[in-house]
Amino acid sequence: MRSGVIAKKLGMTRLFLEDGKQVPVTVLQLDNLQVVAQRTSEKDGYTAVQLGAGNAKAKRTTAALRGHFAKANVAPKRKVAEFRVSPENLIDVGAEISAEHYAAGQFVDIAGTSIGKGFAGAMKRHNFGGLRASHGVSISHRSHGSTGQCQDPGKVFKGKKMAGHLGSVRVTTQNIQVVKTDADRGLIMVKGSVPGAKGGWVTIKDAVKKPLPNDVPMPAALKSAATAAAAPAEEASVEGGEA
Amino acid sequence: MNLIAQLEAEQISSLGKSIPDFKAGDTVRVGYKVTEGTRTRVQNYEGVVISRKGGSTISASFTVRKISFGEGVERVFPLYSTNIDSIEVVRRGRVRRAKLYYLRNRRGKSARIAEVTNYKPLAEA
Repeated sequence: MRSGVIAKKLGMTRLFLEDGKQVPVTVLQLDNLQVVAQRTSEKDGYTAVQLGAGNAKAKRTTAALRGHFAKANVAPKRKVAEFRVSPENLIDVGAEISAEHYAAGQFVDIAGTSIGKGFAGAMKRHNFGGLRASHGVSISHRSHGSTGQCQDPGKVFKGKKMAGHLGSVRVTTQNIQVVKTDADRGLIMVKGSVPGAKGGWVTIKDAVKKPLPNDVPMPAALKSAATAAAAPAEEASVEGGEA
Repeated sequence: MNLIAQLEAEQISSLGKSIPDFKAGDTVRVGYKVTEGTRTRVQNYEGVVISRKGGSTISASFTVRKISFGEGVERVFPLYSTNIDSIEVVRRGRVRRAKLYYLRNRRGKSARIAEVTNYKPLAEA
């Protein structure tokens, strides 16, 4: 099991392929993705890597987190997440992961926080059918129907689908195909939609329900010192993207 | 320009398509690549452009309407589709709407569009 990545959702676009097909893609960006800490079985009882992504202002980072980042000798990160890995796939602290971590054509699972819809009715939240438009229905066309029986059991069962808060929960979409990667700008393009709003953070992992292709880098695709020269150019493009 | 717009601009330039200047009301002939089994040929579709959507972005599209065997037919083409072999302007029409959906309710004489007599080509930017 190898590490996943933290990515920022930039938005959606489409790709026209040479064979005439058009593919809707979501563009995800790896923004200064570095290993912040390791979890080992001796010390923690399990093996994992803790990754950090994005840039946070040092003065807005809590002192505890500042110390944590200082120990790893990395700049403060906006988003931190842990990925379970097998012991041979541990990555050195401070290593920066590149977008070539994923191969075009492979399948991934992507988790993010879905867009919040607020307090939603039963039709929107649970795909209920609502009531009839006519035949005596009065001001309750979008309501749910009955919520149960009568004096016996005399209560509404727990878990009854009703109106309530919708969205803003962690959602995982499985088996999303990677269409293209761009290591220079740290972009991963995946087919179709991804949970969450533009600018939100998502985690990408190898699909659990599909076999892993042979050509993916193990333990991870790292940005080597040779590509360090390209880093300032990438940062410039990122700043342009947020403007 | 945000990164998405930048990616789209790069893709448009890498597709290397030259889109002629046309708008709603113009009659165009679209050469569309059709794959039958293993063979690919170009099929021409000629009709009046009744709408253009999306400006000149990668997701832009246009709708072409024609009367085929007495039945109105509309096809929507993505402007930058790699399946489009050519777009040729046959006739320039004079219209006062950006979307000519009213043509759907017209037949025969009232569905005609007058031709532009003083068309000036756009200066190459």
